[in-house]
Amino acid sequence: MIIAVASGKGGTGKTTVAVNLARMLGSHVQLLDCDVEEPNDHLFLKGSMREEEIVTTPIPQVDESLCDACGECSRFCQYHAIVSLKTKPLVFPEMCHGCGGCAKVCPKKAIREVPHRIGMVETAQANNITLVQGHLDVGAAMAPPLIRAVKARLQPACRDASFPGAGRNGVPAILDAPAGTSCPVITTIKGADAVVLVTEPTPFGLHDLKLAVNMVRELWIPFGVVVNRVGIGDDRVHAFCRQEGIPILLEIPDDRRIAEAYSRGELIVDALPEYRAYFERLGEALLERTSTDLHDASGVATPNASTFQR
Amino acid sequence: MTKELVVISGKGGTGKTSVTASFAVLANSPVICDCDVDAADLHLILSPRVNERHEFRSGHEAVIRMADCIGCGACLAHCRFGAVRMNGKAAGEATFVIDPVSCEGCGVCVRFCPEQAIDFPERLCGEWMISETRCGPMIHARLGVAAENSGKLVSTVRREARRIAEEQGRSVVLADGPPGIGCPVIASVTGATLVLVVTEPTVSGEHDLERVLSLARHFAIPAAVCVNKWDLNPEMTERIENRARQAGARVTGRIRYDRAVTLAQMQGRAVVETEAPCVEDIQHIWDHLGL
Repeated sequence: MIIAVASGKGGTGKTTVAVNLARMLGSHVQLLDCDVEEPNDHLFLKGSMREEEIVTTPIPQVDESLCDACGECSRFCQYHAIVSLKTKPLVFPEMCHGCGGCAKVCPKKAIREVPHRIGMVETAQANNITLVQGHLDVGAAMAPPLIRAVKARLQPACRDASFPGAGRNGVPAILDAPAGTSCPVITTIKGADAVVLVTEPTPFGLHDLKLAVNMVRELWIPFGVVVNRVGIGDDRVHAFCRQEGIPILLEIPDDRRIAEAYSRGELIVDALPEYRAYFERLGEALLERTSTDLHDASGVATPNASTFQR
Repeated sequence: MTKELVVISGKGGTGKTSVTASFAVLANSPVICDCDVDAADLHLILSPRVNERHEFRSGHEAVIRMADCIGCGACLAHCRFGAVRMNGKAAGEATFVIDPVSCEGCGVCVRFCPEQAIDFPERLCGEWMISETRCGPMIHARLGVAAENSGKLVSTVRREARRIAEEQGRSVVLADGPPGIGCPVIASVTGATLVLVVTEPTVSGEHDLERVLSLARHFAIPAAVCVNKWDLNPEMTERIENRARQAGARVTGRIRYDRAVTLAQMQGRAVVETEAPCVEDIQHIWDHLGL
């Protein structure tokens, strides 16, 4: 079962929920940090690095001896990543989406695609957790291809209930999403079986939760909400969830000790054992029950899991 | 010459928007600009009255005309983004559709469809607005659900803010930036006068600060740093400030952990519009920035 942890607003506790949940989910759990711009899960899981792999995207390289500066590539490119003003084209790797169009339309076959580094995927083992994280290079703009590379490491057992020790929904895999609702988030949560939206009971938290709910509904993925820092604000997040029929899967109280443990890079379930039961409950809510217990995203019927494999 | 301060953080939720809203109150006739077009929150504090709304159209999306599709699958073979889905079964009976969420609008399928059966309309990605607030004009935007091109929308918002500042002779543009270091952040900071990084004394805050400061260096933008909720972990605060100095950034002050920040947010007020203890901290940082 693939569980994505997301939120509209940043800093609501996605990483906290993802790492503590992973710790409580038993053996073989996989945690994929898809917040490739600012990956933080590794700060809380002291594991040994097992593997590093460079991730590239294809960008055009122009063979100037073949190019006659016709400008077809430049006219075709929707991203202004290859520009020719009656000259041999210039390539702007940061703008390139890697669609391959310029190479295909070049009448002189003067363009070939070469790999361009955008970041790394690293794998580490920390106790029961296999951590896979993407690390976008500073100055690289395109997070989605790197997120896809991280997700390509999802173990097949996450869909396989027959795997030894797997629950009825397969071995759990957790995707820690970046903040927001735009392309990097969509790339992360697409194909997940369930989404956990983490928010806080403040006006910013509520506003961004609504954006996130719209996004998840658009993708038809069942979801529930975790309310973090309960007590700092008001009850409008709760009222909204009630009104929309969205289950609140977990409430984490506003506890300065949690903030302090977090600041030192400690897991809550290790530093403050009284919270272990909280994350156990969240794990049960997600894994043991079927997805029909989560809020069905469409408002009509919850499609079966295979529908989400896009 | 208009100065442009962009408030960023790397890590989300460190207090960018609360700090920006306070600066909007403290600044002398600013133009305010919300560059977090993905999850914009500044309007919740500044309650803008919208004067102008503009559609934001950017890029295109591929749409297959079912009636003209012969099911050859050329689009599927060409698409690098997994956006083409096959509905049919055997060859000859197959039909194809484009998943708008996955389509990045490159146009390769449109070009190589042998039947020219794929349309390529412009995509409506969101809207941007020119508004009035109690602190001055505000430019803000809303990106559509699951929409692309947030970087371009950020550039649009910033361009408009600068235009209005110049037209009205306002000396400073205050921009609330998005979290992260990717495309919308790059679009928010390039060419700015100064970035202020609001961070927090946590392992994540420290880690993300280093990444965001190297981004500022990469684009040669002067950077200042302030640690929010510094007393949550004084040791870490010290460490972060030292690292910031080493990275060539100016350390402009600390903001104490103050629950009044959330209270002010619930009342739709900037913290500096209240009597909260941390007001003097924010005032100190603003003065220190010298804008």
